[in-house]
Amino acid sequence: MSDIIKQSLTELVENIKNKKLSSTDVTKAFIDRSEKSVELNAYITNDFTSALEKAKKFDQKPNLDLKLPGIPMAVKDLFCTKDIKTTAGSKILNNFVPTYESTVTENIWNEGAILLGKLNCDEFAMGSSNETSFFGNVQSPIDKNLVPGGSSGGSASAVAGQLTPVTIGTDTGGSIRQPASFTGIVGLKPTYGSCSRYGIVAFASSLDQAGPMAQNVKDCALLHEVISSYDPKDSTSIDFKRNHYSKELTNNIKGKKIGIPKEYRVDGMPKEIEDLWQKGIQYIKDCGAETIDISLPNTSYALPTYYIVAPAEASSNLARYDGVKYGFRAKGENLIDMYEKTRSEGFGAEVQRRIMIGTYVLSSGYYDAYYLKAQKVRKLIKNDFDEAYKKVDAILTPSTPSSAFKIGEKTNDPVSMYLNDIFTVPVNLAGLPGISIPAGHDTKGYPLGLQIIGKAFDEQNILNIAYAMEEKINFKNKITDWWIK
Amino acid sequence: MSKKDSEYLINRKDNQYEVVIGLEVHAQVLSESKLFSTSATKFGAEPNTQVSLVDAAFPGMLPVINEFCVKQAIKTGIGLNAKINKRSVFDRKNYFYADLPQGYQISQFKDPIVGEGKVILDMPNGQKEVGIERLHLEQDAGKSIHDLDPQNTFVDLNRSGVALMEIVSKPDLRSPDEVNAYIKKLRSIMRYLGTCDGNMQEGSLRADVNVSVRPKGSKEFGTRCEIKNVNSIKFMQMAIEYEANRQVDLIEEGKTIDQETRLFDTKKNETRSMRSKEDAHDYRYFPDPDLLPLEVSEKFIEELKNDIPELPDDKKKRFIEEFKLSSYEANILVSDIDTAKYFEEVVAKMGKNKDIKLAVNWITGELFAILNSKGLEISQSPVSAKNFAILINLIKNGTISGKIAKTVFELMIDGDKDPQKIVEEKGLKQQSDPKALEALIDKIINDNREKAIEYKQGKEKLFGFFVGQAMKASGGKANPQLINEILKKKL
Repeated sequence: MSDIIKQSLTELVENIKNKKLSSTDVTKAFIDRSEKSVELNAYITNDFTSALEKAKKFDQKPNLDLKLPGIPMAVKDLFCTKDIKTTAGSKILNNFVPTYESTVTENIWNEGAILLGKLNCDEFAMGSSNETSFFGNVQSPIDKNLVPGGSSGGSASAVAGQLTPVTIGTDTGGSIRQPASFTGIVGLKPTYGSCSRYGIVAFASSLDQAGPMAQNVKDCALLHEVISSYDPKDSTSIDFKRNHYSKELTNNIKGKKIGIPKEYRVDGMPKEIEDLWQKGIQYIKDCGAETIDISLPNTSYALPTYYIVAPAEASSNLARYDGVKYGFRAKGENLIDMYEKTRSEGFGAEVQRRIMIGTYVLSSGYYDAYYLKAQKVRKLIKNDFDEAYKKVDAILTPSTPSSAFKIGEKTNDPVSMYLNDIFTVPVNLAGLPGISIPAGHDTKGYPLGLQIIGKAFDEQNILNIAYAMEEKINFKNKITDWWIK
Repeated sequence: MSKKDSEYLINRKDNQYEVVIGLEVHAQVLSESKLFSTSATKFGAEPNTQVSLVDAAFPGMLPVINEFCVKQAIKTGIGLNAKINKRSVFDRKNYFYADLPQGYQISQFKDPIVGEGKVILDMPNGQKEVGIERLHLEQDAGKSIHDLDPQNTFVDLNRSGVALMEIVSKPDLRSPDEVNAYIKKLRSIMRYLGTCDGNMQEGSLRADVNVSVRPKGSKEFGTRCEIKNVNSIKFMQMAIEYEANRQVDLIEEGKTIDQETRLFDTKKNETRSMRSKEDAHDYRYFPDPDLLPLEVSEKFIEELKNDIPELPDDKKKRFIEEFKLSSYEANILVSDIDTAKYFEEVVAKMGKNKDIKLAVNWITGELFAILNSKGLEISQSPVSAKNFAILINLIKNGTISGKIAKTVFELMIDGDKDPQKIVEEKGLKQQSDPKALEALIDKIINDNREKAIEYKQGKEKLFGFFVGQAMKASGGKANPQLINEILKKKL
């Protein structure tokens, strides 16, 4: 069965449809692999028993017209799943079992997939290393004591480590693309409004998007096709014509114009990142596309802008975790005392830090100087992209300014941690789609990713570019199974 | 326009103070479902039975605007002669409280759905215009119940998320009487529009009252205090009276007034400090990222405008012109939409040969008295407009006298009986046959010869005696006018 876990989603779907494999075979294989992989700490909650039952049920009456027929899948623990504990990586939701399903996961189950379990993540998706989770840090399958990135660290680890064929994460400032880059997999952050936010534990509402994480671009396209839908339950969901992303996938990108933004050549960026980027430019040219130097002048303001907007929204979004209605409650002398103890004990340090930043920037007297100004800069950043897209079809950048770092390396230096998101954050601020694909290794043999940023609603285009480049790059992830005893 | 003697002023020694009042009225939108969820809004339901996952702020739940509530707010704006903003923004007002599940209230801060408008008040000394600053939509909070248990507070989220319109007036009101008229006018307009039921007992209409005082003739405003959440007109008036006097006393003592939020204690009839400006909440308003700015088209607004019924001011004008009513009568009839409806139905049912004055007198007299004594609204009137109209016509065409009509009316109340039938069954029809009446009067004059002579000798008071005798003999049914005529002729 060991070869099952090595198959891509596309292959698994094919084999189930051809009846070469049953859902039970596939589900068993991934459960088996997951059970052997406890050391990765990728799961917060598993649902293996009922996954197997569902697989058996599927096999009794298989509906092979579905897009994910009997495919087992674990998802980030930020998606509310009916009757399955959903924690957002936080103590404050440690006992929370939703009575409802997020739209994105509902779409997945409606296409025949089966829930394996809920994957670890940074607490409320706040982090870049999966070290802020109440349920402990996640190990990277790439190397022991290496972070898988964050906040979708459990998701990245689970896909790279072959605990699940594909998964979904969420991306507020890079939480899909950065861990994808760190673990040598593909991760897509869709256009804001492409995937419903209904039922996803909110971090920063104007930035949050769910997206697919997969071993390859085709799998990513297929999963994106399943999760992207117009949803009237989310007022920011957009009703646009969605493609059959996997069917329409092509490696023909001849004549496409790809922008290379000079502002992404940041101070202190390791040479190997610059080299990777140059290699990427060459791949683009090899595919018959053209690269054009462009300028995104406000790029350097993106990170400070993000660290005002995101905490501001988070400070308000997380106000509902107050010990009154659900979740963790500490005993207190009175209401205020209960609030203070519940939130002090229920939230970790990073979440508290961001709540405090957010509360500060929204305070009267500071609102204009911080929040309002940040909103204006956000508009400028978006304008930069709009301007660039008059000349180019997509933009190529490195995904991260470095490869994965060691667990504990940056925990005491939040700013250095935040700097990790420098290339991904502008994309969220502008509401654009961005995809990270594995493109090489650094000197230590750790994966490095390249990011392709597209026009709004133009996921097909960046998937095509990624697909064409993937073929040229021919990346092989070096997974040694170090954690398997 | 206001006459000097009717001004509301507070007098201290040689000083006179004017009171300046502005109201923030919270009117519950008449809607079957909440502002951002599909939960029901019925009053008096079992606690926590009208609560959705959105209302209880479960993780990942998102607000979706209820279009009907938007329409209701725009209609109200039209009724207040106000500017409708085609683009408005929902903001989050952040604060912690046990009955505020989200930790913020979704409201409109900078860009409300309705801008400046005005309402006209009919005061005894003339009309008064009150400016409307704005109207915005917002969610109500839940209810904390502190008195069910000595240790614990219980929370009922049925109200959580119910749509409210906050209607902010300009500081144009100058007396408790004007506040009374203003609230009644707002209530009347909204009830005409069907946008708020105006039921103050059920909390559908409440107000925060801003009060300041200034020396008479001064143009500058004094420091204001806000009296929170007052839920009856009487309490508003009492609170203003108390608060204005408190502020005047402070000024007279040479002290300053602190800008603060106060509560009105209905038992002690006094206001007391709730929190000072320094302790004021920092609500950290910012645009709700879960909701896009609310945009409405010109067409959308126009369609709503076409849907606006005749409002009290126009109705009043029409009643005066069409029915020749006095301004006073018209006011009484139009102030409540159900009264106006009843009146117009009576007018319609009376047919061609109608006596509108008589109908008005009977509505404001007999009908109101009965409703009052039974504690009923006119919409619950035991006498239908149709039967009421028949009764008025019976008086008008001389079938029964006004006096008999009162008897008939009392009989009608029980089961909304047809007055025509009552008159027939009880034989209450007026005797208007001159021959029969002449015979009857001849007999009375015969039986009272001496009194008839006295009358002829000049004791004119005795005329009344003969009328009385004639009415008595006819069992009250004789046509009084005919009796008069015949008696005059015969005596």
